[in-house]
Amino acid sequence: MATTASTSSTVADTATGFAWRYRYWLLLVVLPVLLIAAGKAGYISNFQFLQLSLMIVYSIAVLGLILLTGFNGQISLGHGAFFAVGAYTAAIMIDQAGWPFWATLPVAALVCFIVGYLFGLPALRLEGHYLALATFALAVAVPQILKYKHIEPLTRGVMGINVFKSDPPFGLPLSTDQWMFLVVLALAALMFWIARNLLDSRTGRALVAIRDHSMAASTMGINVSHYKAVMFGISALYTGLAGAMHGIIFEFVSPDSFRFELSIAILVGAVVGGIASLPGAIIGGVFVQVIEKYADALTRKISAAVHLPLELEPWLIYGVALIILMYTMPMGIAGGMAALWRRLKRS
Amino acid sequence: MEQLIQQTAAGLANGAIYALLALALVMIFVSTDHINFAQGEMAMFSAYLTWQFLQWGLNFWIALPVVMVLSFVIGVGIERVILRPLHSAPLLSVVVVFIGLLTIFHALAGGIWTHTIKAVPSPFPQVSFPGSSYIGPHQLGMIAVTIVMLFALFAFFRLTPLGLAMRAAAQNPASARLAGISVDWMLALGWGLAAAVGAVAGSMVAPAVYLEPNMMASILLYGFAGALVGGISSPGGAVAGGFIVGVLENLIAFLGNALERATGFYLVGNGEKLTVALIIVITVLTLKPSGLFGHVTVKRV
Repeated sequence: MATTASTSSTVADTATGFAWRYRYWLLLVVLPVLLIAAGKAGYISNFQFLQLSLMIVYSIAVLGLILLTGFNGQISLGHGAFFAVGAYTAAIMIDQAGWPFWATLPVAALVCFIVGYLFGLPALRLEGHYLALATFALAVAVPQILKYKHIEPLTRGVMGINVFKSDPPFGLPLSTDQWMFLVVLALAALMFWIARNLLDSRTGRALVAIRDHSMAASTMGINVSHYKAVMFGISALYTGLAGAMHGIIFEFVSPDSFRFELSIAILVGAVVGGIASLPGAIIGGVFVQVIEKYADALTRKISAAVHLPLELEPWLIYGVALIILMYTMPMGIAGGMAALWRRLKRS
Repeated sequence: MEQLIQQTAAGLANGAIYALLALALVMIFVSTDHINFAQGEMAMFSAYLTWQFLQWGLNFWIALPVVMVLSFVIGVGIERVILRPLHSAPLLSVVVVFIGLLTIFHALAGGIWTHTIKAVPSPFPQVSFPGSSYIGPHQLGMIAVTIVMLFALFAFFRLTPLGLAMRAAAQNPASARLAGISVDWMLALGWGLAAAVGAVAGSMVAPAVYLEPNMMASILLYGFAGALVGGISSPGGAVAGGFIVGVLENLIAFLGNALERATGFYLVGNGEKLTVALIIVITVLTLKPSGLFGHVTVKRV
């Protein structure tokens, strides 16, 4: 019955939908041109371009978790692991085989999909809490796995791998950071576009049906285990691609950059942005990077302002933000804004 | 051979801590169906409280009960203030709140007591006794304290009216409520008890490892593994599971060493402790989610 309702309204929706789509693509062309122009004029430094790139990278990582948790109902506390797999795949290929960075991305995506799919297979038998527990264990164990002795020739152990950014091609008049910014922006646009189309498709509806009631979904003929494992793979692919780009623009990977904190940061991004919302992933990515960059200064300012006897730590902001959001806006900032918008429209 | 006995004994001592933590996890799981991801950090925070009292000149055996009471109050407070409003919230919200609690306790401990590593003196006398070449006094003490705690809890749940009420509230909340038991408060008490048990675990393990905000990460993971091996719905099973994974952890490292000495091939050692825990967790969850002693939950559709 839902389908008849949607077909009757599609006629009206096409016009607005077209405008929306048009606006996005327009934004995607205008925004980087403006930003690069501002960079050329000296308003945005290379360092700030790096920050912007990292925000976009985290948005892609958060998007991966949102696809899995928000749209398929599988809770993962261990997405830092897939981020690490992607980062290491790209870094090793650049370091050992001398591949150009762009060529490593499809490989990283494929490797992460396979790893995610394989992890998803046993995870199929787990529901809710148990899946959270298994992924929690994965997140805690990641740095140790990366230090394992027999993969040390590839990973260079605790030393980590230095990756060198490549200069912009064709002699483009851009700095490396500006070039990398354009690359991650294009990648993010592609990944968000794919995600939206995926969710709008038959597959997407099946995924949401599994989230809402897996047993009902399976009686409707949806192969629940197949979809769940594939979704785990796709989610890992997204987060792994983000990891690969992170390693490339950060120019360094090491086991201790992928501690449990990273998994928490991705989770916080997803929850803060909006767990079942694609725009929420952008908000989440920005939030993660802003907290990582400015939480230290912010907490220091707060504790100085109220004369606290103890030193506040950035993690405190994570924790408090998580708990407060769960009470006030369980669907995150994007969900909260949407609810607010609906209420305003009604009144 | 002697080394094997030593490793087993050390494994039992570690297992005592895992057993306590697993017990705390099970107490919360049985009554609320939640896995408390913040349990380890709460125990770590309690261990810091103990250290603080020791710094203020208190005797360990006076400080420990005081910290247990404080932790109990914190646990009850968390349940009443933070988790109660989420009673019917979706699972993701609850998990996220636990992660939030984890980060808060972590940040608080680091903020109050800094990240410098602190040594905690063992409360047990450093004497030699028969068999002390195999096991140190502190390790023996950890095992003894764990066993005392277990019997105390067992007696509490079996012999006191309050313990009976708590078991009733966990087993069948609806009927318990009809029988006049305040189920809400029983859940809060369960949380408090879990926090107190965790406080013992944290305070006992602190002298064995050094006190620092990250000290509980691997211990919590083994606590999870213990709870799962024994069956996360069975308190007795969780304790047994804790001891089993404690011994297993050391035996795997021991066998890894032996293998490397015999064949020169390094497979597993002390550096893979967390990976071993991960493998245990995933193996148990996929092969036998109810654990060795847990009962299988049948879901009605």
